[in-house]
Amino acid sequence: MDLKDIIKPENRVYAKTPVLTENVMHYCPGCSHGTVHKIIAEVIEEMGIQEKTIGISPVGCSVFAYNYVDIDWQQAAHGRAPAVATATKRLFPDKYVFTYQGDGDLASIGTAEIMHACNRGENIVVIFINNAIYGMTGGQMAPTTLIGMKTSTSPYGRSEELHGNPLKITELIAQLDGTCFVTRQSVQTAAAARKTKRAIRKAFENSGQSKGTSFVEVVSACNSGWKLSPVKANEWMVENMFPQYPLGDIKDR
Amino acid sequence: MAEHILMKGNEAIAISAIRNGCDGYFGYPITPQSEVMETLMEEKPWETTGMVVLQAESETSSINMLYGGASCGKKVMTSSSSPGLSLMCEGLSYLAGAELPCVVVNVVRGGPGLGTIQPGQGDYFQACKGGGHGDYKMVVLAPSSAQEMYDFVDLGFDLAFKYLNPVLILADGVVGQMMEKVELKPMKPRWSDEFIKSTFKWATTGKTPDRKQNVITSLALDAAVHERLNHKLQLKYKQMQQEDVRFETFMCDDAEHVIVAYGCMARICENTVELARAEGIKLGLLRPITLFPFPTEEINRLVPQLKTMMSVELSAGQMVEDVRLAVNGRVPVNFFGRLGGIVPSPEEVFEAFKKEIK
Amino acid sequence: MKEEIIIAGFGGQGVLSMGKILAYSGIMQNQEVTWMPSYGPEMRGGTANVTVILSDKKISSPILSNFDTAIILNQQSLDKFESQVKSGGLLIYDPNGITRHPVRKDITVCTIDAVDISANLGNSKAYNMVVLGAFLKKKPIVTLENVIKGLKKSIPERHHSLIPMNEKAISIGMEKVNDINKI
Repeated sequence: MDLKDIIKPENRVYAKTPVLTENVMHYCPGCSHGTVHKIIAEVIEEMGIQEKTIGISPVGCSVFAYNYVDIDWQQAAHGRAPAVATATKRLFPDKYVFTYQGDGDLASIGTAEIMHACNRGENIVVIFINNAIYGMTGGQMAPTTLIGMKTSTSPYGRSEELHGNPLKITELIAQLDGTCFVTRQSVQTAAAARKTKRAIRKAFENSGQSKGTSFVEVVSACNSGWKLSPVKANEWMVENMFPQYPLGDIKDR
Repeated sequence: MAEHILMKGNEAIAISAIRNGCDGYFGYPITPQSEVMETLMEEKPWETTGMVVLQAESETSSINMLYGGASCGKKVMTSSSSPGLSLMCEGLSYLAGAELPCVVVNVVRGGPGLGTIQPGQGDYFQACKGGGHGDYKMVVLAPSSAQEMYDFVDLGFDLAFKYLNPVLILADGVVGQMMEKVELKPMKPRWSDEFIKSTFKWATTGKTPDRKQNVITSLALDAAVHERLNHKLQLKYKQMQQEDVRFETFMCDDAEHVIVAYGCMARICENTVELARAEGIKLGLLRPITLFPFPTEEINRLVPQLKTMMSVELSAGQMVEDVRLAVNGRVPVNFFGRLGGIVPSPEEVFEAFKKEIK
Repeated sequence: MKEEIIIAGFGGQGVLSMGKILAYSGIMQNQEVTWMPSYGPEMRGGTANVTVILSDKKISSPILSNFDTAIILNQQSLDKFESQVKSGGLLIYDPNGITRHPVRKDITVCTIDAVDISANLGNSKAYNMVVLGAFLKKKPIVTLENVIKGLKKSIPERHHSLIPMNEKAISIGMEKVNDINKI
């Protein structure tokens, strides 16, 4: 029996967006990246902007985002995606330009770049994946790692005295006059993913209307880095990450 | 008649960018090159040619803005001075690795560290031998006049797009701050988006149904793929050495001694040659215009007629290593340099030269 | 023709702009020119100097240790540059504030009371044009017509109404230059 025989068009309730490629994702099962990639691809398809969208991928697990979302991509140096996006958007003002960055990329090495791009109000979209750990390099402490959380560079747990506090960068970003929309979302349930999709859609629409920078944080699970099963990782995230990084719109104008 | 304007080398960079179809300048202020961005902001090219000018938050950011702009197939440039170039080295390595064209100007001051704002040539190694990580090269142009500052922006873009590689204009505080007569060549319009789309098939101009996605990256985790990529880069650098060596000679035909000097020091050493000739000493001058690719072949050609060579630099001796590699022990290669931002006079160079040939 | 000039004084005396006007005047008569300033923090009230070269031929070194003419506007600069004037050359200085005067006998030495003159003109900003006039009287290397053209090129159009006043300052400078030592 052929696939066509199983899936009859009249019975079809779901199809993968063509903006996602056929490549099998390298992300660990349970990782949030895949869901966020899918949401971005769907928004691009629904808005009909595949030809007009340029993505800037970071250094980190999602360095290979270009393998999965079928648009033109620029892969930036660690933390510099907002600078790369700034020039791209200014030189192609009619394009939709977004950065896709993790917590190490955006909130540690690239703090200056994200602050100033947002402060200038670049008409770009920033997707910020916050899983409180460096996934790609093997689970080191991130700027957003919670107090007490064990990582390979905080093996006895993050301590305020030794490592400093978790950085609430999204709250800082919301203070900047250049940002028009700053929100914190998650994708651990279908309902949460739907809300995230609405936020990302709004961010892209803002960019089209030149309203300033839209910043969407997605509090995410890194079950491999956290050394938990996918289900446990989501539970741990809800219990521990959400109190430190509460969900919802921080700014919308 | 072409229009002649009195301007600083730094101003010439800015005016040339506007007149040669540059799409974007991204920079950060630093002495002695701040006039570049000041001139651009004063001229407001976004109202005329549509060129984007932006003051970035740091040199790190401005070089990465070039990465974004170059990825779009646009003519983008930045300028800075020594400490700023150090911050840009990361970005330059990425630009070279991703094979992106751009023009970067370094109006060199004295180092190391914060050093001095006075002229220097101590960034030769950084410019020609890497600076950033990995096996990469840039075409390095060394202007010695305000006119060359003007001309090399255009030449720089030509070479950057020929090789899909960053081009560095290695100037110095003298060339940047000095005013001279500059001839304004006819204006070149900016490239249209349609032209960029149809000419630079690799650029991120937006994925259309008729082509695969374009991805700009320097990442290749597969060892074999990455080695192939490196070999491809090396072939490109070889081609630069075969096709784009530029230099100038002054009174070298019958020379028994030759000074090698670039940038402002070449201007000063031209006077030194005249002083020597007045005393009957057969001295000539070789001025490398490209520091990479270096005029090794020309040195090879000159060596048989020479008794000595001397490299004269505002450094502790950097280019002299390339001169020695080219000479390969056949004649003595002497060196004279001043540091700390001190620029020697022609007479001082002549005295140093005479001391060496005694 | 080749004239190598050092102009030196305090920042704010118009040293750099005098050099620029002179260089532009050279361009107006199709000469090659270089204008090489000392630059940096000296701009803020310290000493400022500029080397200006005008020549019929291509100019090589923009940095020199000997000059045909030194135009000196303060004591530090006089102490520094008197010895660097070529034998037979020219030194013009403003005696205002000068306590140690030039001693060389192998060069022409002139004074110009530019502070007083520009004060009498009611425009201290014309100071450097008075000095330029004195120089052009001694060495008419550029015509007054080309100086005016150079002025027009080097000052923004919105200030072009000041050109007649500058022209007047130049001609008074030409009139009032005094020979101290003739060779």
